[in-house]
Amino acid sequence: MRNMTLAARAELSRRGFLKTSGALIVGFSVAGEFAEAQFGNAPVTGSPPPNQVDSWIAIGADGSVTAYSGKEELGQGISTAQAQLVAEELSVPFHRVKLIYCDTAFTPDQAYTSGSQSHPANFNHGNLAQAGATAREALFRMASQHFGLPVEQLTASDGVISLKSDPSKKVTYAQLVGGKKFNLALDPNAKRKDPKEWTVLGKPIPSPDLPAIATGRFEYVHNVRVPGMLHGKVVRPPAVGATVMSVDESSVKDVPGLVKIVVRKNFVGVVAEKPWQAIQAANKLKVTWTPGAGLPAQAEFYNHVRTLPKRDAFLVDSGDVEKKLGEAAAVVKATYLHPYQMHGSVGSSCAVADVQSDKATLWSPTQGVWYQKSTVAMILGLKPENVRVIFRRGSGCYGLNGADTVTYDAAILSQAVGKPVRVQLMRKDEMAWENFGPVFVMDERAGLDAQGNIVAWDHEAWTPGLGNRPGTSSPGNVVTGFLAGFEPDPFAPRSPAPAPTAFNNNSNGVPSYLAGRVGGAAKGTGSVTGERVLVHNVLSPFWTGPLRSPARLQNTFAHESFMDELAAHAKADPVEYRLRHLSHPRVRDAVMAAAKAANWKSRPSPINATPANRRTGVATGRGLACVAYEGDNGYAAMVVEVEVDQDTGKIAVKRIVVSTDAGPISNPDGLRNQMEGGALQGMSRALGEEVTWDDQKVTSFDWRTYHSLPLGFAIPKVETVLINRPDEEATGAGETTITIIAPAIGNAIFDATGARLRQIPFTPERVKAALAARA
Amino acid sequence: MSAITLKVNGVAHALDLDPTTPLLYALSDDLEMRGPKFGCGLGQCGACTVIVKGQAIRSCITPVKSVEGADITTLEGLGTVEKPHPLQQAFIDESAAQCGFCVNGVIMTAKAFLDKNPKATDAEIEQALSTVLCRCFTHVRMHRAIQKYAKAVAK
Repeated sequence: MRNMTLAARAELSRRGFLKTSGALIVGFSVAGEFAEAQFGNAPVTGSPPPNQVDSWIAIGADGSVTAYSGKEELGQGISTAQAQLVAEELSVPFHRVKLIYCDTAFTPDQAYTSGSQSHPANFNHGNLAQAGATAREALFRMASQHFGLPVEQLTASDGVISLKSDPSKKVTYAQLVGGKKFNLALDPNAKRKDPKEWTVLGKPIPSPDLPAIATGRFEYVHNVRVPGMLHGKVVRPPAVGATVMSVDESSVKDVPGLVKIVVRKNFVGVVAEKPWQAIQAANKLKVTWTPGAGLPAQAEFYNHVRTLPKRDAFLVDSGDVEKKLGEAAAVVKATYLHPYQMHGSVGSSCAVADVQSDKATLWSPTQGVWYQKSTVAMILGLKPENVRVIFRRGSGCYGLNGADTVTYDAAILSQAVGKPVRVQLMRKDEMAWENFGPVFVMDERAGLDAQGNIVAWDHEAWTPGLGNRPGTSSPGNVVTGFLAGFEPDPFAPRSPAPAPTAFNNNSNGVPSYLAGRVGGAAKGTGSVTGERVLVHNVLSPFWTGPLRSPARLQNTFAHESFMDELAAHAKADPVEYRLRHLSHPRVRDAVMAAAKAANWKSRPSPINATPANRRTGVATGRGLACVAYEGDNGYAAMVVEVEVDQDTGKIAVKRIVVSTDAGPISNPDGLRNQMEGGALQGMSRALGEEVTWDDQKVTSFDWRTYHSLPLGFAIPKVETVLINRPDEEATGAGETTITIIAPAIGNAIFDATGARLRQIPFTPERVKAALAARA
Repeated sequence: MSAITLKVNGVAHALDLDPTTPLLYALSDDLEMRGPKFGCGLGQCGACTVIVKGQAIRSCITPVKSVEGADITTLEGLGTVEKPHPLQQAFIDESAAQCGFCVNGVIMTAKAFLDKNPKATDAEIEQALSTVLCRCFTHVRMHRAIQKYAKAVAK
């Protein structure tokens, strides 16, 4: 059954969770429930049929192999791994495989490239992997006919099939099928290569894009140039909720090169011949806006969200949590707070659109070319079949950054002038208006028995959402679509929550230590049977959407910090205490592997639990956190060692040891790169990143006001421990380590000082406040 | 608009530009160069860095008029795909990129710094990169690549 879970999930992600589950109404971002899987993702017409080998693989007359994928390269390394996969299944050298991904005119519709779904989607039982295996068996059958010998007597290497008994007797793939179609359906029984036989997969092959990137030759979407192309800039409202009253075109009449002012409802933009002219026009254009709608005070926001109309959902409810808490020897409570954070791509988002009277071509860094195809068609009033979206790599996105919205900007401006238009957002246009990773307010309660074992765990979370990925039909889920007149998906309050009908821990709302009993079966990764997880979705004043490890990261911050509090209450070693309540072997192994590599010494936290411990100067400590990502899509644990300057409140992370189990390792160096980057990006989010606002507008809109760790910070030692599982399913790997670093740091701070951090980011002020609050 | 000559990677280009145009737009749009990149347009992230008179400068906030006639070096000017500069080769060898968008700023900032300070310590290199951003946080590999190059230069 495990084998079905991820393949089935990938299929759900493809088809859209809503359509298959029937459990949710269309619409509002239920980040606490199924943040990545719940879009209206009906396949968009016009893509090659995914059940045909020819949709995925073509062998050229020269023996070259072209592979087509619907999962794109965002910097996460999946293009290299996919080319390795095809080379492996077809027994050709890596460099002979050309991978084409995410062009709506050519490649299979694989929905979004998101949510740690590419590795499971294309490396398990269907799609690209199965196309490769099917093609390989077909080539063997053709060779068998060619030689008049059974396939058992043949062997393949380097794109050549030869006789095992006489290697001089051979036939090339090009001779067998070069330049022709396979005309063959994907065979679910085609046998994949055994990982033990891998010669290309499983190897640390570097990205073939690296030389071009390092020497400034790589074509990002920012470098796409189309003949006759003009340059557009947008003029966003000065305040959230402000609408256009009037636009004074005479204010820019002196700007050279200006082509057109474009106003569509509350969307305002300019088009000019050159980028600098467009920037000057956008800056000078006099637009009169209504006042903003007003924003709730940031200082009170975490309390404010508790008071809003809510849509409730239970992820698990054993029905006896209150009774068990009442009978417990001790009850521990804590509240954890996570701010809005942003994707903050280093390059602000860019797209090029060429809209002609009845058709459009777009070069976009979107994670979902098919959804851009259908929603751009809606915005432009074109037939979807007349819209082509070509993915071009942008700056790393980490989720729904400005990629979709800037594609709409370019489309609207290009249509208005009837010429190709390139739009690159200015920094503020992106940072003040992107779909932020949402706030989470999380109450944790647990009951312990006399031995300190957990008998009941209650998690209740509030999270505000507005908009989301656009899906097939909601361009109003991002700012440009909304300004141009489309509504975001509606919000439908619902309380009380219905009883859960199926266990789904996609959001990691359910702590790893719970049994996950829904409908009789226990599908969680832990042993605690007194369990309740209740999520309240409320409306956000800002756009929200998936940001690397959406909801999983916030929930895991609370769960893993709280687990540490429970271990401390029980005076137990945090590793031993976790293992005591974890039943799933893979997350247990991840914990033990990280602890072993970090030379973890068993003892309770904090390190000096006596009142005589030092209260000033630098204190050192270690902390651990772990996750079963999305319940079953990757396993990781991390040990962090920190120094806490108790006088300044500054945190210095000195060492990170992180283990990851993502199934069979497709590319160990690619995996390490993701683990290292995830850990440090998570560290930046944990220590400094927070969206801020005043009563009208977002006030964190550049790198002075939104605090990302630069390259120049004292980088901790990062040690990666890879757990290879050749006999298991491929899982996601890009979001596991970022999910666990904030609690690992917080737990290390507690270990060092006895002070507990419950609010992200761990700024020096918050650390000092927590230190001052120590008993 | 006025006639402005920019000397980029040893080649003089006669351009017709508003003299207040930031150098970045001349490089990336008029000359269609792919090395220097628009990151923030505010001089805060480093993605647009080029080397002028041995100094790493932020081309997104540098008017073309102010660098007219000066030797401007971009990432393309260091090396090619076939023959990368040793610092570029170190980045390739260490797989020191994810999305790669920031690589221009990291390499150009490190190059200018190490040219002037060939015996710099690791801490000094970190300091030199204190205002360069990589949002994929490929920091471990980038520092490894720079240190590898720095050690070779120091010899």
